[in-house]
Amino acid sequence: MAESRTATVRSGFGVTMRRDAWWVELIPVVVILGAFTVYATWRTFENNYYEFGPYLSPFYSPLIKPKWWPLSPAILILWAPLGFRATCYYYRKAYYRAFFLDPPGCAVGESHPHRYSGETRFPFILQNLHRYFLYVAIVFLFILWYDAIAAFWFPSATGKHFGIGIGSLVLLVNIILLTGYTLSCHSLRHIVGGNVDCFSCVVAGGPRHGAWRGVSFLNERHMLFAWLSLISVGLADLYVRLVASGAIADLRLL
Amino acid sequence: MPDATFKIFRGDRDGGELYEYKVPIAPGMVVLDALHYIQAHDAPDLAVRWNCKAGKCGSCSAEVNGRPRLTCKTRLDALPLDQPITVQPMKSFPVLKDLVTDVSWNYRVNKKIPPFTPRPNVEWKMDQREVDRVQEFRKCIECFLCQNVCHVLRDHEKQEQFGGPRFFVRIAGLEMHPLDGLSRTELLKEELGIGLCNITKCCTEVCPEDIHITDNAIIPLKERVVDDFYDPVRWFLRKLSGKKH
Ligand code: SF4
Ligand code: SF4
Ligand code: FES
Ligand code: FES
Repeated sequence: MAESRTATVRSGFGVTMRRDAWWVELIPVVVILGAFTVYATWRTFENNYYEFGPYLSPFYSPLIKPKWWPLSPAILILWAPLGFRATCYYYRKAYYRAFFLDPPGCAVGESHPHRYSGETRFPFILQNLHRYFLYVAIVFLFILWYDAIAAFWFPSATGKHFGIGIGSLVLLVNIILLTGYTLSCHSLRHIVGGNVDCFSCVVAGGPRHGAWRGVSFLNERHMLFAWLSLISVGLADLYVRLVASGAIADLRLL
Repeated sequence: MPDATFKIFRGDRDGGELYEYKVPIAPGMVVLDALHYIQAHDAPDLAVRWNCKAGKCGSCSAEVNGRPRLTCKTRLDALPLDQPITVQPMKSFPVLKDLVTDVSWNYRVNKKIPPFTPRPNVEWKMDQREVDRVQEFRKCIECFLCQNVCHVLRDHEKQEQFGGPRFFVRIAGLEMHPLDGLSRTELLKEELGIGLCNITKCCTEVCPEDIHITDNAIIPLKERVVDDFYDPVRWFLRKLSGKKH
């Protein structure tokens, strides 16, 4: 097949007849994903300023501090959300294009020759385990909802009482976006009903079809949730860090 | 109205080059109209494949200004006319002549797919919900623009190991069919190389029928392949129960 093709369109990295600035869409991916990776790595190892009053940074939640562990507690848990995002179908698309340039754009040439095995070999074959990260991510959702609700209960001399600080709202918005991101996952869409061929032949076909429809609705917005929740989780951590380090004061609204 | 300048590939599988033609612009004109004008006035031997001029037969696929498009659905008023418009044949298929390519490889792939096979003694009744889901896959007009743009074929030339997005769409329609009794996951994994797709979505971007190829066909099929081949818990449960799927 290959030998019979005519060189009607030249091959080679970045070679294209496209007139538009196809590379523009790579820039936000490189900048935002790159900045998040640098920031998250630094914060993971910083091992400080992750708690303030009722606020707990999402990078350090659940807070597990075993005696035998000398390093940052974030290292013990962050593999889960990071693995969830790294194997996410949307992020895969984003980083294969922006970081691996495979392809750099549609109908834009790649560097030649280079070996390509897609997701059939190690390490990318492990992308097939995305659903297991989803299971863990669902557990994390419950934990972060607990944190977000707890962020409305401020300690005082007479016990805890309800209040609203900017931090409470920041953590609430964050968990709503994270919930949107998790519930719009492609693997979840498959598990709740996508795997059914005949809804009228299986047990609970009606509810499963309903669940599949619901997740499909969210799934159409998966990219949006992926970006918004990535930014919100970074900003939520940054907010906790700023108030915990005393750089800014937490404003209490109630 | 002013003229538009076209640069059109003329040649065959041994090579060729871009030739320049001037075409007077008419309101509502599409690229295929311009090609017909050139055939009628300047180059009667210009080879162009077309049929319906209505975006429904999938014959007139080409690359307009480097973008895979149906030439009958690409309006000139949507293109920058201050520069020449390039029209080239689809890069991923061998050129026969000018803009006409040999797409027969696709038909060979198609033959590998077992057709609709109803479950034994199935009741011929389908629920509207189930029909609605597979309806999208039936919209395919086999223009092969998705096959052309897919980098697995276009750049990595994996024609022997990979079926391509159009056939994942077809298989999705069969696998999700409420009455079909076959499983094609092994075919997808082994012969049609669905693992080579890295879900970068160029196929979805070019599909003139707006089929959500990656989200609604490929990813659900990848998940079904995971069910049958990669999920360790399911593998264990299958071992326990002795069932294949
Ligand atoms: S999503 Fe997969 S099939 Fe579609 S163009 Fe990209 S690599 Fe090819
Ligand atoms: S899936 Fe879309 S792009 Fe691919 S052949 Fe069918 S209509 Fe054309
Ligand atoms: S596909 Fe993105 S989180 Fe599962
Ligand atoms: S001529 Fe039929 S799709 Fe363009």
